[in-house]
Amino acid sequence: MILDALIAGLVLVAAGWTLAARDAFAAVIGFVCFGLLLTLAWARLGAVDVALTEAAIGAGATGILLLFAVVRLRGGTEEVAAATPSPPQRIAAGLLAAAIGIALALAVMLLPDPAPSLAAPAMAELPAFGLGNPVAAVLMGYRGLDTLLESVVLVFAVLAIWSMAPDRRWGGVPGPRFPRAEHGPLSLMARLLPPIGIVIGIHLAWAGADAPGGKFQGGTVLAAMWLLAWVAGLAQAPAIASRRLRLVLVAGPLVFLAVGLAGMLVADGFLAYPPAFAKPLIVLIEAAMTLSVAAALALLIAGPPERAA
Amino acid sequence: MTIYGLLGAALVALGLYGLVVQAAVLRKILAFNLLGAGVFLLFGVVARRGAAAGLAADPVPQAMVITGLVVAFAATALAIAMALRMHQITGAATLAEPADE
Repeated sequence: MILDALIAGLVLVAAGWTLAARDAFAAVIGFVCFGLLLTLAWARLGAVDVALTEAAIGAGATGILLLFAVVRLRGGTEEVAAATPSPPQRIAAGLLAAAIGIALALAVMLLPDPAPSLAAPAMAELPAFGLGNPVAAVLMGYRGLDTLLESVVLVFAVLAIWSMAPDRRWGGVPGPRFPRAEHGPLSLMARLLPPIGIVIGIHLAWAGADAPGGKFQGGTVLAAMWLLAWVAGLAQAPAIASRRLRLVLVAGPLVFLAVGLAGMLVADGFLAYPPAFAKPLIVLIEAAMTLSVAAALALLIAGPPERAA
Repeated sequence: MTIYGLLGAALVALGLYGLVVQAAVLRKILAFNLLGAGVFLLFGVVARRGAAAGLAADPVPQAMVITGLVVAFAATALAIAMALRMHQITGAATLAEPADE
């Protein structure tokens, strides 16, 4: 209980810091701390899969994205000061936010008891999928449609970001070009970590069938390893016109969709798996999705094309 | 576990306040992510309360949060790309109307 109060207090402090910090850079650092502290809260809530996702995507990937943006959005202090709402407006906003916060807190206190739960039906169907991780079974089984749509959302997000480029840059290379780091910690880490990180990423994705982990967590680690090599100047981003890149990006959703459609012919319907082949089909989808998630996350962070190929 | 529910409610309130009050686009994006984290945490509490069948938490809300985290990341990336492009074209760091044309 004391531990929970401490974690909750620290999360709140980090959130307050993120909002109140004068400097945008300090705010982003506050946000990364917030994400990492929140990971502890997720672990305490018994949601280890979510904790892994929060650490990898919520704190890690979002953190890198924000740090890149802070560097490019410097200045504008006067403009920001001029556009900041006046004290009465801020008080009104505070009252609105407080009212919504209190309403939510009341709703939390008044949650029905005993709590409704889908844990038992989820566990009952677990053997049919051949999976040991109930969260993975929900993602690939009952809520398979959500996961399919989510994989498509990632592709659309990449397309939307690419479309932010000026016309003459279409088909070019995303993001800035980093000078090759030959000395220093970055150069060492970028050579040392990827072999280990790639194994960890694949392990997370593979182990996700039976233990906490999965394609999103594993794919994020793989993307992080590529980003490390990219920032150290050891790897170059591929041009967005590259057919191979585009194929990797859509491989996951395509395999997922193909398996889903095949379910209409050989099983009970769209996204239904034939019982004898459920596990191999899910592993096939997860493998393709891991690659696509890694590519999509790396491309989302790299941003729109900025140079000719 | 109620304390995490209250934390979630507080994060939604803080995030909403920041979203309305802060002028810089980047800070609005940060505040929006705080708000989102609060909503996800409420899901986490519901999942924990639904612990049954030998599980520490109900897997269905957990799976929804994982989906939500990935989509929130994609939305954040898109928002930042738009903010950077706006900054590139107009030099603006806020969504405010230009003073007087």
